[in-house]
Amino acid sequence: MTPPTTQHTRSEQPGTATEPTAAPVLSVRDVHITDRASGREIVHGVSFDLTPGRTVGIVGESGSGKTLTCRAALGILPPHFEVTAGSIEIAGTDITTLTPARWTALRATTISAVFQDPASYLNPSIRVGAQIAEVLRVKTGLTRREARDRTLELLRAVHLRDPELVRVQYPHELSGGMLQRVLIAAAIAAGPRILIADEATTALDVTVQAEILDLLADLRERTGLALVVVSHDLAVVAQLCDEVLVLRHGEVVEQGPVRSVLHDPRHDYTRLLIAEHEQYGLERFRPAKEHA
Amino acid sequence: MSSNTPSDKPSSALEISDLDVHYGPRRRRRQALRGVSLTVAPGETVGLIGETGSGKSTLARTVLGLVPATAGSIVVGGEDVTTYGRRRWRALRRRGVVQYVFQDPLRSLDPDLTVEESLSEPLLVRGVPRAEAAGRIRAHLDRVRLTEELLGRLPGALSGGQRQRVAVARALVTEPRVLILDEPVSALDSANRVQILEILKNLRADGVALVLISHDLGSVAGVADRIAVLYRGELVETGTAHDIVTNPQHPYTRLLLGSAPTLHGAPADRAERQALRALLHA
Repeated sequence: MTPPTTQHTRSEQPGTATEPTAAPVLSVRDVHITDRASGREIVHGVSFDLTPGRTVGIVGESGSGKTLTCRAALGILPPHFEVTAGSIEIAGTDITTLTPARWTALRATTISAVFQDPASYLNPSIRVGAQIAEVLRVKTGLTRREARDRTLELLRAVHLRDPELVRVQYPHELSGGMLQRVLIAAAIAAGPRILIADEATTALDVTVQAEILDLLADLRERTGLALVVVSHDLAVVAQLCDEVLVLRHGEVVEQGPVRSVLHDPRHDYTRLLIAEHEQYGLERFRPAKEHA
Repeated sequence: MSSNTPSDKPSSALEISDLDVHYGPRRRRRQALRGVSLTVAPGETVGLIGETGSGKSTLARTVLGLVPATAGSIVVGGEDVTTYGRRRWRALRRRGVVQYVFQDPLRSLDPDLTVEESLSEPLLVRGVPRAEAAGRIRAHLDRVRLTEELLGRLPGALSGGQRQRVAVARALVTEPRVLILDEPVSALDSANRVQILEILKNLRADGVALVLISHDLGSVAGVADRIAVLYRGELVETGTAHDIVTNPQHPYTRLLLGSAPTLHGAPADRAERQALRALLHA
């Protein structure tokens, strides 16, 4: 049973709400990524446009190339890996023209990210508040005192229950869900326009995952943040995204508005992702909802 | 020491009654489980759902005799094991009456043993002759849909899904009455998830009592007959999978269901989740 490798791309369907007028903050055009060490191409052409306040989801299993695609957009591909074809534009700037200094200026202020394991992105021996304040001082030039006040506001904005206490705590004193909130606070500290959440809720309990997803939706609505949500779980993406890309072995096997992909999947792999929920998950107990 | 003779036909494979478990030295003693009662019939699959720190792993460890109970009783296959000391527990585990499969199959499998050695080991320690063991493990390979050509491989040369299936086969070779699986699918991708769930479904017919431990109700709801929800060391709700999913009673169960991402819109909206959280933290 070899799945067809044809790509099913749909155009926006009539009746789907879209904002074609807004200029994309992130534009990924037919990006190919190659591992120079082995000479193998790992990602075979990914394209999407992301406009402010919108969310693109990338679904695929580990090794499908979804994380590499994100890292390419952040300019942090691992050694040996290289974008060998296509282009990426962040707020209208082609990233191949960026010097290391320009990249540094762009990260956190324009594009930012959170990953699966929040603890490994924090210094274990520095209080979390100081780590967020550092981002603020370096990236936005706030004074120490201003940075401290703003840190409290940020910790409040990510719905941490006791921001004053959390600010002076060390990473090991916080739960996984709290750490991920701290990381999100740091990621949005310098007011980026794009936030990439790569399996950001995968390691969390279901109830905590929902809190983090709610928080991301909330930030998007309040600040017009554009989100890239990467997950192995189609349902996580379905909950948050407007458009979805299904990636398999580095290939986009399906792409389109979430609703039409869910209701009319064209590729066997997408059908499998759906069946997993409908036959083995909670959907099994619920009548399929008709969408308006 | 009165009633540990196994009866001929136990109606339940596992019977936990009023179980209390405490941790820590006297001064800082903390209760991990409070009055937990749960019965699993032969051939029945129970999903034990709870978040980090709910006590679900403690419950599994207690049933395996790795953590002592402070009150209550545990009966496995008609045998009251509550007062067993270390040696009798070890003997019980060696007989393989209760088996446990870790979330990370690499932890259940010795990286230096081939699949064949891993699968034979539990039989060899029970004194099964080598030739007979070889035949028996082949029968179990079929139950987990693995082929004989994998027998010579080391765990490192297997895919994640294959490793998980080897770990399940290894647990099955001793013909356990109770098989406990910790997060059986959460580390797997979709294709392997579906396969493991199908394999677990088929074990029902063989009369194995299955306990599937997970933080994610959605990941085991499709194969569980009953669901038991553990919250802060207490079973707050137990019922058929259908009843729990369609008509949850306890606020925590409702939050759990309202939080599970589903394809066609979440069953609870943000405001409802917030209200439930406030209720639970009150």
